[in-house]
Amino acid sequence: MDSRTLSHLRALEAESIHIMREVVAEFAKPVMLYSIGKDSSVMVRLAQKAFFPGKLPFPLLHVDTTYKFQEMIEFRDQFAKDLGAELIVHTNQKAIDEGANPFKLGTSKCCALLKTRALLDALEAGGYDAAFGGARRDEEKSRAKERVFSFRDKFGQWDPKSQRPELWSLYNSKVEKGESIRVFPLSNWTEMDVWAYIELENIPIVPLYYAKEREMVVRGNQLIPLEHNMPLAPGEKPQMIMSRMRSLGCTFCTGGIASDADTMPKIINELVQFRRSERENRIIDHDQEGSMELKKREGYF
Amino acid sequence: MSESQLLRFSTAGSVDDGKSTLIGRLLFEAKGVYEDQMASLQKSSINRSTGPIDFSLLTDGLRAEREQGITIDVAYRYFATPKRKFIIADTPGHEQYTRNMATGASTADLAIVLIDARKGVLPQSRRHAYIASLLGIPYIAVAVNKMDLVEFSETVFDQIQKDFSAYAKDIGLKNLAFFPISALDGDNIVERSARTPWFKGTPLLEHLESAPVAEDRNFTELRFPVQYVIRPNLDFRGFAGQLASGVLKPGDEVMSLPAGRVTRVKELPTFDGPLKEAFPPMSITVVLEDEIDLSRGDMLVDPNHVPHVSRRFAAKLVWMLDEAGGPNRTYLLKHATQTVPCEIRRIRHRVDINTLENVQAEKLELNEIAAVVMETRRPLYFDAYSKNRAMGAFILIDPISNLTVAAGMIEESTPESVEPLQLRNLEFVGEANESATGTQLTNAERFARAGHYPATVWLTARRAVAYLLERRLFDLGCQVHVLADDSESHLLPELSRVLSNAGLIAICSIASPDPSERDRAAGFAAANRFLEVPAKELPARDDDAVEVIIKRLEDLGVLRRKDRFERGEGI
Repeated sequence: MDSRTLSHLRALEAESIHIMREVVAEFAKPVMLYSIGKDSSVMVRLAQKAFFPGKLPFPLLHVDTTYKFQEMIEFRDQFAKDLGAELIVHTNQKAIDEGANPFKLGTSKCCALLKTRALLDALEAGGYDAAFGGARRDEEKSRAKERVFSFRDKFGQWDPKSQRPELWSLYNSKVEKGESIRVFPLSNWTEMDVWAYIELENIPIVPLYYAKEREMVVRGNQLIPLEHNMPLAPGEKPQMIMSRMRSLGCTFCTGGIASDADTMPKIINELVQFRRSERENRIIDHDQEGSMELKKREGYF
Repeated sequence: MSESQLLRFSTAGSVDDGKSTLIGRLLFEAKGVYEDQMASLQKSSINRSTGPIDFSLLTDGLRAEREQGITIDVAYRYFATPKRKFIIADTPGHEQYTRNMATGASTADLAIVLIDARKGVLPQSRRHAYIASLLGIPYIAVAVNKMDLVEFSETVFDQIQKDFSAYAKDIGLKNLAFFPISALDGDNIVERSARTPWFKGTPLLEHLESAPVAEDRNFTELRFPVQYVIRPNLDFRGFAGQLASGVLKPGDEVMSLPAGRVTRVKELPTFDGPLKEAFPPMSITVVLEDEIDLSRGDMLVDPNHVPHVSRRFAAKLVWMLDEAGGPNRTYLLKHATQTVPCEIRRIRHRVDINTLENVQAEKLELNEIAAVVMETRRPLYFDAYSKNRAMGAFILIDPISNLTVAAGMIEESTPESVEPLQLRNLEFVGEANESATGTQLTNAERFARAGHYPATVWLTARRAVAYLLERRLFDLGCQVHVLADDSESHLLPELSRVLSNAGLIAICSIASPDPSERDRAAGFAAANRFLEVPAKELPARDDDAVEVIIKRLEDLGVLRRKDRFERGEGI
């Protein structure tokens, strides 16, 4: 390779850093959505690089549904502490107090209250005019068309039909008061890129991504981890299964996969062999065709 | 994997020429389609009852579009082979979506233009090619699809190749490659097809793996737009940004714009330790030797190759809003890291994308392309888009709706495209010499009074040198004035003439290398009274550079010998 050619990971890194600096230069009050997952870990590393030797010039915001894995919460608190970053945790406490959970409400409604509503409330409360998210365009069909700077109206809603054209790396950051931009610095990364970068950069991730014996319930073709007193269907019996999480969400709605990939090289190797997309194990995407697009229109990330 | 390169390509095709099928095929062949996506695909295909697996559904993203059966926006797709990672900007070929095609083309290293073998080169194919040329995509792959429906006829393929090449020549497209393919059956996608024994080229995917990446990269002329200033404490001030062109190393001399200060790079610090060298498109942080005032929108450039600096320039616009636009309205122009108010001063003509004819126009409608003259409230530092994409690209934003209304590409300025501002009510007397009409003063008298002849010093780049020279000449007793072209480079020749007529030494500190302005200024000056000093002929230190210029003014006879000045003679 030409000595003055960037590898694809370094080219993606340069693009993401440019995006982050652009946001911090042009917006009054940015925030970074931090979901604790591998994409968030990469996004935070890129932010450290973008503003080195300074600290992150924005807080991290975690929307906590209270149904996250315990390992995630422990990781989150340690990670923010090590980083010296400001961490804001927001929960839709009213909905939790009223007993919101996916078994009672169904996954769509539960997500709407605990994630979408909670997120919109947190953004409004903080007066943030720009919010970074770790979504990638390769994750899901509706994301493939979303802009890097994705406009949201006063109600936090996305209109896929009237997106601003986005050319070169000239991002339009003009918003009125109350409107905002969701920014996706990892837009052009793939799942493989994220893993390869985590390995290259030795970035800490939640141990749930590594395989170990876990207590699981086999439900259809999903492996559901047993946490938060998940109600069992008749005939279901928990068993110890060598497994790991390929993407992280709430315990009820994140399926694991049977795997013995307990190191980073094994995970990457598994991914190369893999013929199934990562969100397959995310139950919310399968509610109905185009379900992610509907959620996004309402303000979901 | 971590050492592969990144190639961005755009695809353009008409509704029925199988573009989505081709992309689906590429993803499938490169194993970029997952099993569960295939399953979901089979499910969707049944809904639409279009027979077997429809690869096009992989790329038709949104609900509304699936219902209409066409893609209506730009979708990004990803796949990788062991050699490269690819980003596809999939853009619709539908007539009213020129804006999307331009969007997808803006970041592409290569474009795939699809042609239906049965239909040949249609107006749509020409439009795609024209937009690829307008957006400066360096490589074009012409995929002649549906060869299975013309019995893999070499004659058909040759005719299309001939027709397209002729058109490409007209619009200045270079680096064409042609592929006879069937996206449906996979011919000449991954392997050479047995059904086209006459085809001697490589399969399409192999071409994508080997086409040079970022052919237009420029390592010679430094352009570093300052994006953000990192100042965590009083001891550290770093200028952050993405290198647009040129190579930067610690110790390199750089000039700041608009101030024209010359300094050196002290360090290129990163999270992973200091860099020895930075090149495009790296996002870097620059620490300078001297404390100079620099903020977002300013630029660091090569002192020997400065960009154009002007408030007025010629450009091509692609109009992207369904509401018409045009002159006499204020827009915001975003270029590099600067956003400035601007106006479209004049629409020179609209380009009919089907016939390539220039058409008179008063306003611009959605998807129209026009040649315009832009005027900004503050000067921009730019290069022609054809020479440097990052330095010649801009967008226009409506300040009321905040929408992105147009994409712009700055053109090489010519006297025809950008007429100079006229200095009204100023009547110039002739040359500053004795034969000029009217004046009773001679140059000899001016010389006797001032100690020097009137002259014009044409100094490209190095604003700092211009002002130091002014100081030195003034201290020597000269009447001198610097004309800087921040506001309007086209006025400099006329202004220098006025100053010369008044007996002054006019130092034109000019960033624009436009030779026509230089010629005009030289034409106004009397023989031996015009001194052109290209920056590359000057020593790096400003003091030394000034000495060289003074020496040359003496050689020309503009100044008396320095020793005479020093003895106080002639003043």
